[in-house]
Amino acid sequence: MAEPLDDYIDAVAGALALPIEDAWKPSVRANLAVTLKMARMVDEFPLPDETEPANIYAA
Amino acid sequence: MQLDPVITAQIVQTNGDWRPASEIAQAVAAKKISALAVTEAALARIAQHNPVLNAFTDVTADRARATAKALDAAIAAGQSVGPLAGVPFAVKNLFDVTGLPTRAGSKINRDRPPSIRDATLVERMEAAGAVLVGALNMGEYAYDFTGENIHDGPSRNPHDVTRMTGGSSGGSGGAVGGSLVPLALGSDTNGSIRVPSSFCGIFGLKPTYGRLSRARSFPFVASFDHLGPFARSVEDLALSYDAMQGPDAEDAACSTRAIESVTALLGQDIGSLRIAAAGGYFRKNLFPEAQEAVARVTKALGVTRDIELPEVARARSAAYVISTVEGASLHLDRLRTRPNDFDPAVRDRLLAGAMVPAPLVDRAQKFRRWYRTKVLALFKDVDVIIAPATPCIAPKLGQATFVLDGVELPVRANIGIHTQPISFIGLPVVAVPVPLDPMPIGVQIIAAPWREDIALRVAYALERAGVVAAPRAKGF
Repeated sequence: MAEPLDDYIDAVAGALALPIEDAWKPSVRANLAVTLKMARMVDEFPLPDETEPANIYAA
Repeated sequence: MQLDPVITAQIVQTNGDWRPASEIAQAVAAKKISALAVTEAALARIAQHNPVLNAFTDVTADRARATAKALDAAIAAGQSVGPLAGVPFAVKNLFDVTGLPTRAGSKINRDRPPSIRDATLVERMEAAGAVLVGALNMGEYAYDFTGENIHDGPSRNPHDVTRMTGGSSGGSGGAVGGSLVPLALGSDTNGSIRVPSSFCGIFGLKPTYGRLSRARSFPFVASFDHLGPFARSVEDLALSYDAMQGPDAEDAACSTRAIESVTALLGQDIGSLRIAAAGGYFRKNLFPEAQEAVARVTKALGVTRDIELPEVARARSAAYVISTVEGASLHLDRLRTRPNDFDPAVRDRLLAGAMVPAPLVDRAQKFRRWYRTKVLALFKDVDVIIAPATPCIAPKLGQATFVLDGVELPVRANIGIHTQPISFIGLPVVAVPVPLDPMPIGVQIIAAPWREDIALRVAYALERAGVVAAPRAKGF
């Protein structure tokens, strides 16, 4: 059965010209699943529209 | 090389450990010993013990001897020398060192041309009289908490060579923990100074984000990268920190603040400081040793209350996301052209990082702003927050999991759970070693931004009280 993230991984790898061998895919998929879980946890947190990102820049 | 016992006594204590850097520097400046003799002592220790510890990847013996001889000549000519005169130090191999390719723990970077100029912090240490003796092992591209490296072999913990040093500044931890050198420099993006300090039983300072220049060091995550020192005493930590402070236009994130020296302030009374322990998240997922270490420190400081940092788990998650994405961006071309030359574990994390949708990264940076505001507000009521540095003592080399509260957890992913939420917003932290037997473990002394002085004063008071100390590693 196809893994749900595999199509996404293939598409992004193609768009970014990243070579991903089949043997690496389970590990990439596992890492991406953890990262997206972490990202969703942040995404769920409501922030005011006016919130500035914390990146540092000074003109 | 055998050194004269009278000379040796000026360099090492009766227990075989290095004398404090300030004492070595004073003896060198007073011509009681030569900088060259101190350098030879360090080189001899490295030659004897590095085959076991694997802390050094490069020993710059010729350069060190030349530096020491120049220092001795300057002293003989009556010139004044800096506060670290003749004190040996080494740097994680992501610092540029003239004549060496900056490998940053990787195979790929060995193909870079040799550096043509030292990193700013190396220049500043040597301007203060310190003598660079080599470059140190590290986890590949600093994306590591273990100190293991598939290209160079693992750094080994001097307190038990079957255990990890912690990473990614593993060689820095091993070199200072094993007393090969009294001082080392490393980097800390999510915990890479504080974790090896904890596992190797030494002091480490992760300064405020932007305090110390990162110029001519190999990056990892621009948002979180910090550089800082390791030492065997708080005074040595402060001396090296003071020597490295100051603006640097060559690091875009480096603050323009003037130097705020701390060494002379270390002995100031801490009785008026308001100190709390980090509660909630920071009380969980701890092995008994970590609980014991925090308890000893809080008891000695008379801490009676916990303080709750808000949304810490989410902060750690946001740090994780930003790290993997910025790391992927940094290495994108290398992932395209030389994917088989990475450590596969690092490569696959970075490949995954390249696939995170941009809005999620932007939201993580916005959450970071929110979290910063909330945490800084806590410093209206406290001056210092105490937290564990690591959930456990150093795991065994190669250990993949540990069992905590009946749950099997991956080691790599959990070593930094208590450090990541702090470096996420760039707070200054001194990692202090609690000398439990047989393995030491660290505690974080956390202060408000730009208040390294406060964290160092608390660390100094704990050291003077005998609560924290860098224990001698048996056999080294």
